[in-house]
Amino acid sequence: MLLDGINRIRAYHHKDGHDHHHPHPGDGPVETRSSGTREIKVVRRVLDANEIMAEANRERFAAQNIFVLNLMSSPGSGKTTTLEKTLRHLMRDYRCAVIVGDICTTADADRLAASGAPVVQINTDEFGGDCHLAAHVIEKALGGLDLAAIDILIVENIGNLVCPAEFDIGEDKRAVILSVTEGEDKPLKYPLMFRECDAALLNKIDLLPYLEDFDVKLAADNIRQIHPGIPVFETSAKTEEGFEGWLDWLRDSAKEKLG
Amino acid sequence: MHEMGVAMQIIEIAQASIPADMADARVARVNLKVGKLSAIVADSLRFCFEVVARETPLAGAELHIEEVPVQARCNACRHEWTIDQPAFACPDCKSGDITLLSGRELDIESLELAEEDA
Repeated sequence: MLLDGINRIRAYHHKDGHDHHHPHPGDGPVETRSSGTREIKVVRRVLDANEIMAEANRERFAAQNIFVLNLMSSPGSGKTTTLEKTLRHLMRDYRCAVIVGDICTTADADRLAASGAPVVQINTDEFGGDCHLAAHVIEKALGGLDLAAIDILIVENIGNLVCPAEFDIGEDKRAVILSVTEGEDKPLKYPLMFRECDAALLNKIDLLPYLEDFDVKLAADNIRQIHPGIPVFETSAKTEEGFEGWLDWLRDSAKEKLG
Repeated sequence: MHEMGVAMQIIEIAQASIPADMADARVARVNLKVGKLSAIVADSLRFCFEVVARETPLAGAELHIEEVPVQARCNACRHEWTIDQPAFACPDCKSGDITLLSGRELDIESLELAEEDA
């Protein structure tokens, strides 16, 4: 071991909320190595800055008593339609708001605004065309919402099964939508996303009669192989078939937080 | 796909970690740990790092990436194993109640500074 007996710096910022020491320039142990370099221990999570901001968002949501859902999927899986229909039901009982992320265009925000819920559109091309919504982007979007008038905030993330899974935004629950036109193997190819989510929707089941090869059971099994015990809802955002289970899960999750 | 942002964070953390009395030092190598479950493509990250490092003390530094396997522990039977296939249930007792012990890392472990007189 290079640094036995030397006071090491541990600066992991965990999601579990424990306090950790954060290092400052110069307080790391320095060791001369035989290769003519000196090693400085750093031991920090690269996404520390995002974790800290996500935690700040989470505290803000808790203080305002807001339940936050992070909704993720690949492009074209039916996120916006699912959200339109979901809002229509939830808004009978809850004051809802939406933050919607896209690289470009305000098309989704325009569609969602028709629900009557306040909608903030984020175009990440301002932030370098990012493939995900990071916690600081959410923090900025909150400036456009009256938090005191919101019970449920739904964040429609950028269509992408890879990167959004890596970024905590301060949400309470995460849901992923997989549509039946995408192939049963997607959960196995994007395990982090399905591992990180608390619920999965298998959407567009109204198309099943036209997709002879799609095996719904295999798709659901693959999701559960990555995340045993995760609720999987077979839905059609178009016809609202299977929506009861999804809405119940959402209401129960919100109730857990809001009481 | 977010490797550019990650590379920028690495440079920021690395620069902040160089002690003040070594401010002129050149960074020869950055040691990074990347879990196999993290959404990072090593080659993309190296490419982005090289680009972002230009005109910083990290210009030309090697980005050394140690891949960390996905280790899991079963909460039912305490069995520990390495997950090397997309299946997250205990191979012994089949329980799905597991804890991931590693595999999500995206950590800067250390920097190696070139000795000025070396």
